[in-house]
Amino acid sequence: MANPKPRVKVPKKASKGEVITIKTLISHPMESGQRKDKQGNLVPRQIINTFKCEFDGQLVFECDMDPAVSANPYMEFNAKVENSGTFKFTWVDDDGSVYETEKKITVE
Amino acid sequence: MARSYRLSLAAGVALVLGAHSAAIAGGPSDDKLVIDGEMEIMTRVAPPEGHPLDEVISGWHYRTEETRDLEADSFQNPGMLYVERGEEIWNTVEGDAGKSCASCHEDGAEFLKGIGANYPKWNAGAGKPFNIELQINQCREENMQAKPYKFDAADQKALTTFIKHQSIGMPVELDLTEGDMKSWWDKGEELYYTRTGQLNLSCATCHEDYNGNYIRADHLSQGNVNGFPTYRLKQSAMVSLHNRFRGCIRDTRAAFPAAFSDDLMALEVYVTWRGSGLGVETPAVRQ
Repeated sequence: MANPKPRVKVPKKASKGEVITIKTLISHPMESGQRKDKQGNLVPRQIINTFKCEFDGQLVFECDMDPAVSANPYMEFNAKVENSGTFKFTWVDDDGSVYETEKKITVE
Repeated sequence: MARSYRLSLAAGVALVLGAHSAAIAGGPSDDKLVIDGEMEIMTRVAPPEGHPLDEVISGWHYRTEETRDLEADSFQNPGMLYVERGEEIWNTVEGDAGKSCASCHEDGAEFLKGIGANYPKWNAGAGKPFNIELQINQCREENMQAKPYKFDAADQKALTTFIKHQSIGMPVELDLTEGDMKSWWDKGEELYYTRTGQLNLSCATCHEDYNGNYIRADHLSQGNVNGFPTYRLKQSAMVSLHNRFRGCIRDTRAAFPAAFSDDLMALEVYVTWRGSGLGVETPAVRQ
């Protein structure tokens, strides 16, 4: 996969106080830094080291990742929603790149 | 007295072990593959005429519950990332003719529906069966004037996955009456039953005689190919059919043929036929 591309699944609507399931997936090779290439040189580590989810600036879920995490990391977690707003998702790469995406939810 | 007690204890242990191994080597699971709770895929079907087995079963049934669940949710299925990438390639102009796949095949989703379920197909010009990878390369060279993909190039796998995915759920069906397909089928059958390598195994040894059993930690399936290209967790990537063929032959400790060689094309025709009627699963998820 050439460019890491995030995918997120959040329900478009929810009722007040409902616990919703959020699913996220990003394409990424998660190169562990332990492998060697054909010449015997170490392939440098390049992984996504942090994932974060915020709801209107308030932290919902955050985690660090280490080299044992497989390619294309998938995260699933729950959140309780009290009002309409926007979820912001952030992945931070070892090379400094930051991949972001947002999803709106309407609470009725 | 002491001796007979020990004997009966030994018999008891054997019984328990027997029951345990039956439970773990219980053959294919009884689950149903329903993608996103909406689309049921035919994973157990009656065999085509002349098939040696009583029932044709998808490899999905032989995997662990966790792996089966991954395939049943199109969001979690990592192979879907490659479908998306394949769609980008489909719409990307490449080559001197200034064309993309979509330039000729305008309505991609409609045009491609069912195509992947009927490959390999007879190609009269080449005088041999063509799989999707060969068809893509012919299009690239003749119509797009672009370089053909090298075997297992990342874009080749993604585009093949996208094309095959457009036929998801449709039954695998080959037309063996076209051209010389039957003689390629015959050649494929012969290869399937020929033992090779230092381990002296044929395809049939594992996938016909012993499917449902374990070879070390691996649960042997019938070796059907309706889910290829397949996302293999071991590689964390898509694996093409010819890559898998070569891997299997390598594991018998034999020299393996080149990808898309006549031998492997004949094998593809025959093995695809063995899975006739199964729904296309691409991108399947396997161990």
